[in-house]
Amino acid sequence: MERKRIYLDHGASTPVHPEVVAAMAPYWNEIYGNSSSVHEYGRLAQRALENARQTIADLLHAQPKEIVFTGCGSESDNLALRGVMMAARVSGRGNHLITSAIEHSAVLKTAEQLRDLYGFDLTVLPVDEYGQVQLSDLKTAVRPDTVLISIMAANNEIGTLQPIEEIGRFARAHNILFHTDAIQAIATRTWNMHDLPIDLLSIAPHKFYGPKGIGILYVRQGINLIPTLTGGSHEEGRRAGTANVPLAVGSAKALQLAMAELTTRNQHYQQLRDHLITGILNSFPADCQLTGHPVERLPHNASFAFRHVNGNDLLMHLDMAGIAASSGSACKVGDPKPSAVLEAIGLGPEWTKGGLRLTVGTQNTREEIDYTIHTLQRIIPKLQALETTTA
Amino acid sequence: MTHKKNKRVVVAMSGGVDSSVAAALLVEQGYEVIGMMMRLWSEPGIGSQAPVNRCCTPDQMADARRIADLLDIPFYVVDTQKYFRRTIVQFFIDEHALGRTPNPCIECNRQIRFNWLLNQALALEADFLATGHYARVHHTETGYQLLKGVDEDKDQSYVLHMLTQEQLAHVLFPVGEYTKSAVRELAVRFGLPVASKQESQDLCFLGDGDYRRFLRQYSPEASRPGPILDLNGQELGQHEGLAFYTIGQRKGLGIAVNEPVYVLRKDVQRNALIVGPRTALGQRTLYARDVNWIAGNPPEASIRAAVKIRYKARPMLATITVTGNGRIRADFDQPVYGITPGQAAVFYNNDICLGGGIITNPQPDSTNTSNNARSTQTP
Repeated sequence: MERKRIYLDHGASTPVHPEVVAAMAPYWNEIYGNSSSVHEYGRLAQRALENARQTIADLLHAQPKEIVFTGCGSESDNLALRGVMMAARVSGRGNHLITSAIEHSAVLKTAEQLRDLYGFDLTVLPVDEYGQVQLSDLKTAVRPDTVLISIMAANNEIGTLQPIEEIGRFARAHNILFHTDAIQAIATRTWNMHDLPIDLLSIAPHKFYGPKGIGILYVRQGINLIPTLTGGSHEEGRRAGTANVPLAVGSAKALQLAMAELTTRNQHYQQLRDHLITGILNSFPADCQLTGHPVERLPHNASFAFRHVNGNDLLMHLDMAGIAASSGSACKVGDPKPSAVLEAIGLGPEWTKGGLRLTVGTQNTREEIDYTIHTLQRIIPKLQALETTTA
Repeated sequence: MTHKKNKRVVVAMSGGVDSSVAAALLVEQGYEVIGMMMRLWSEPGIGSQAPVNRCCTPDQMADARRIADLLDIPFYVVDTQKYFRRTIVQFFIDEHALGRTPNPCIECNRQIRFNWLLNQALALEADFLATGHYARVHHTETGYQLLKGVDEDKDQSYVLHMLTQEQLAHVLFPVGEYTKSAVRELAVRFGLPVASKQESQDLCFLGDGDYRRFLRQYSPEASRPGPILDLNGQELGQHEGLAFYTIGQRKGLGIAVNEPVYVLRKDVQRNALIVGPRTALGQRTLYARDVNWIAGNPPEASIRAAVKIRYKARPMLATITVTGNGRIRADFDQPVYGITPGQAAVFYNNDICLGGGIITNPQPDSTNTSNNARSTQTP
């Protein structure tokens, strides 16, 4: 059966780049030792692991010791928040952390658990209509016992970039650690960790044509973390568990490719993104709005809210048309809730169930974008009719 | 049947054997099949977990998703919670408050499955909505007929009597051509891991399955105690609330009298439960409102038909006379016991379901026919 299939969900995951697949290939059954082992098998595995670490560190202008491999992006966020706050508790350094209302749940739920089960104080900062944290709010929230500020580099749903350098400078001036979840943003810009005022940074390679099942946490030298996964002394005692050598090698390769192709990829993304935004907004002048910041947004993220549309149904109709997309309110078990991000940027109930995120990738074409715009023109009125007759 | 190659079907899946086999048959017949499950409303705050409707538990969803994957068809769960609460659950509450005994499954078929879900399917450019009901649709020169399922024991045409010609044109019942045991064998042949699953649940929205507790909470007027009266108006005792009794009930009345008495009817005006001897329970005349004639029009003269007064009742021969305004009167050849207002009376000519309506006994005209829930929308 010949069916059109268009993948516009690169914010969810990406295909692994063929060069990444090739780079990982020897490490499944040729060089398969445990990198902790003393024998030659182990040494070869360790060499691959440390080379990968070095590559990643170089690309980020960081030290190899500052790169911790984890099991996924969520684990990186968990380790950053829990590791820093628990270390602060051990050393009696403070009890308060600050985050924002539109963080990924890997950060928000961890922060809430730290508050609810461990007695830490938590401040959740609001965001403006574009989803940006205001520095004035941050200044008000800071306390003498504030240990950590965790604000994402770019929002996963609406693509808004946060003023992380301002936030980081502010944090540094107040002797507060700054963590940023850069999982969506990492491969869309350069990072000079030597100069940037960022102390911890979460990365997930599967968002930039790398493998799933591995995450990275940059941890500035000198920061003490209590491990969330205890056991052996892997990763300098910060994350126990046998090193995942093939995936570490693949991650390094993926980041290398991302940085080498940064300009061409971003240009491609932005052209498609802007074509999507213009085409969709022009198609629905009254019933659709761009969500997130019009300029300060991820180059590959086009996100919208549709009035009186159920995001679940929208994804189903798009899927039947062969288009893979996502929505902040969608739910696989049929219990969609209004998007917390769309609520946080102040949208009313007629909009907050109708989020649509389209995230473009290297393989998308202009023809695919045209087809997507035409498909939305066809299905949005039908969905609005369904939603309003049974609301 | 190459034309089916271009036909798209949405199949309502429950994770159970009937709808799973329905989906598998459609795939085998060459349709483009889409699996869909509705997330229905469930009463919040019962038990420690999130509310779960017993027709769509996480387990059932996982089963349905797994079966769709085995059949290599897309599967979606669609949110019907608010609409289901506003229509079916409210209807259940309101009908009890009016002293009737509603059949929410019929109302769900009327308003949710063959209206809301059918509209979803048509919007998805499907040609048909299929379900796992045991019934058959035949296309004849004069239109569509609804027939009993081949398996007389499992026949579900009773709960489908409200279907219109427009709906029948877009509805498929693939398992209606089989017996239940044949369907189980088909499940094995298709390799579906569902052969011993339980059937779907009545009153699926009750958190704990206890409709009395539910009505006490949601419909205090239907759960007000009042007098139990005999046919002469003499008080024999107290009832706990009219909703908790059914027509024909003998046990559990909590009154001591010489001869056995049965619940004859509910007098909502006086909040009284009227009881009497078994002889008074038999009725020869049945009245019904909101009658749907599947052929599209009522018959021009009186007709002879077999009438079912409950889902599991034996069909009884009667002469049906159309009295106008969507109402009929059925005169049975013999007295019929337990005619219950709010239940459906469904008419058959052998295997053909002719239609049916909602019983209004003992009056030809029940208090209100313009139930807000009855705005069936043809797709």
